[in-house]
Amino acid sequence: MNIEYYIVLSIALFCIGITGVLTRRNAIIIFMCIELMLNAVNLLLVAFSKMHHLKGVAANPTAGIDGQLFVFFIMVVAAAEVSVGLAIIVMMYRNVHSVDVNFLNRLKH
Amino acid sequence: MNAIVISAIWGVVMMFSGIFSKNNAVIRGTALTGLALLIVVNILEMGGTHLFKVNVHGMLSFDSFSLLFNTIAFGSTFLYSLLSGRDMEKVGRSTPDYFALIFFILCGVSISSSFNTLLMLFLGIEIMSIPLYILTGTDKRNLKSNEASLKYFLMGSFSTGLMLMGITLIYGAKGSFNLNIISLGTGELTPMIGAGLLLLLFSMAFKVSAAPFHFWTPDVYDGAPTVFTSFMATIIKAAAFIAFLRLFDDGFGELHPHWQLVVAVITAATLIIGNITAVFQQSVKRMLAYSSIAQAGFMMFALVALNGVGKQGLIFYTAAYSIATIGVFAVLIKMKDYTFEGFNGLAKRQPVLAAAATVFLLSLAGIPATAGFMAKFYMLTAAVNDGHVMWLVIVGVLCAAISVYYYFRVIQAMYFKDGDAQEVQVSPVFKGLLVIIAAIVVLLGIFPQWLIDKLYYFL
Repeated sequence: MNIEYYIVLSIALFCIGITGVLTRRNAIIIFMCIELMLNAVNLLLVAFSKMHHLKGVAANPTAGIDGQLFVFFIMVVAAAEVSVGLAIIVMMYRNVHSVDVNFLNRLKH
Repeated sequence: MNAIVISAIWGVVMMFSGIFSKNNAVIRGTALTGLALLIVVNILEMGGTHLFKVNVHGMLSFDSFSLLFNTIAFGSTFLYSLLSGRDMEKVGRSTPDYFALIFFILCGVSISSSFNTLLMLFLGIEIMSIPLYILTGTDKRNLKSNEASLKYFLMGSFSTGLMLMGITLIYGAKGSFNLNIISLGTGELTPMIGAGLLLLLFSMAFKVSAAPFHFWTPDVYDGAPTVFTSFMATIIKAAAFIAFLRLFDDGFGELHPHWQLVVAVITAATLIIGNITAVFQQSVKRMLAYSSIAQAGFMMFALVALNGVGKQGLIFYTAAYSIATIGVFAVLIKMKDYTFEGFNGLAKRQPVLAAAATVFLLSLAGIPATAGFMAKFYMLTAAVNDGHVMWLVIVGVLCAAISVYYYFRVIQAMYFKDGDAQEVQVSPVFKGLLVIIAAIVVLLGIFPQWLIDKLYYFL
């Protein structure tokens, strides 16, 4: 399959993620949209990795492998981020009994 | 490599120190020992002693630029822990964990100052950011702290997403994450590289709080416990700048003519928004948050110019800015009232505190004979040498003039206004340290070469 399909799909997912982050008001949904952005990146990285592999496999049997390695790092870091992020959201829920980011306007003045 | 390994190990040591000792003085002592050790091993590495033989396969490169910055970052953290270590204990009960997180952040700092692949850039920035989200929210019962940490977390991970997309597009175009390969033959700008570059620029601008991506900064800095605001506004910001410069210098240096104007516009916007908004603040803490945006604008000059003067100027700027800001925050933490009125008449009750704070504020404003003046001087020189961005130099000088107004408002409150005494308790040791740090600020301002020469030859 052409690489263009993967690029278009990933960019579409990424843009859905960005739109969600910018428009939704629920902290958990914003968080899910950020995860969607990261997964769009993962998909694109794997596609590029395969593309570079096919291009350079004759000269180097491990060509393009680093893209897939990067995906593992993204997964690990995203998991670490999830654990910290959910803890922060829970901490806020205990204090205000809401996860709506519209509540977050006490700092404006 | 020395610093990366030792800081990670010492972070774990700090986590366990909480089990073995309930005495905060012991824990603080352990942390200070660790920081001193970090400085020593880093200086040893500058001298050519590598304690750990690790083959990094070109993923990290330890040149004098990154090692000197590491020394500055560790030194500032050492001063910061000496000055504000006791105040950390007042935030919550888990002092050892705060120190552990600070050590993990320092590990991230030393990775992101010496990365040579985009993978290490990503890991370094994330290792720096994730502990910081926690530190921002350490004041668990305080709603402002919760809000700041949630906001910081959402904005931070959003910008990480942008950065990853940028990295991926660059990888798609070049087939490698290595900066040396990326920088080869990038004379022309293909759409994919252009989009990747722009996304990387946006995400790094987020991390260093450059306008139009600065909107999270005042809220987060204001909401976080003041001790940790001090750390965030200095060492983290400086490290993000070093990573920013390294990325765009080593990776995209050849494309400089294409992105110079975009970065110059971001710089001008940062300077203008940061300085003008800082004038209207009522709280000194919030004023310092905007001032950190304004100072970020000056540090951006190194990126706009991208020459030798800018590079060594940025190193000097990070040192001057970090030390002075840590000093101001250390004084601010001791106050109960963070408004400008709270500083009224401080000079009569605490002359040493007021005098030291005055030196730090003068340095931030860039008055001659302080480190801040030389730092701004190097930045403007770099831009003048570049020659394409004279309008930016004019904006920079005008904004430096505006900044004098809000820094002097604090000095005026301390010396020329009478106020009902705000009880400020400080120990003689704290005063002595403040005097030493003020002396460092002045000495750096008079002998800037002393620091910059370390870039080229050591000892």
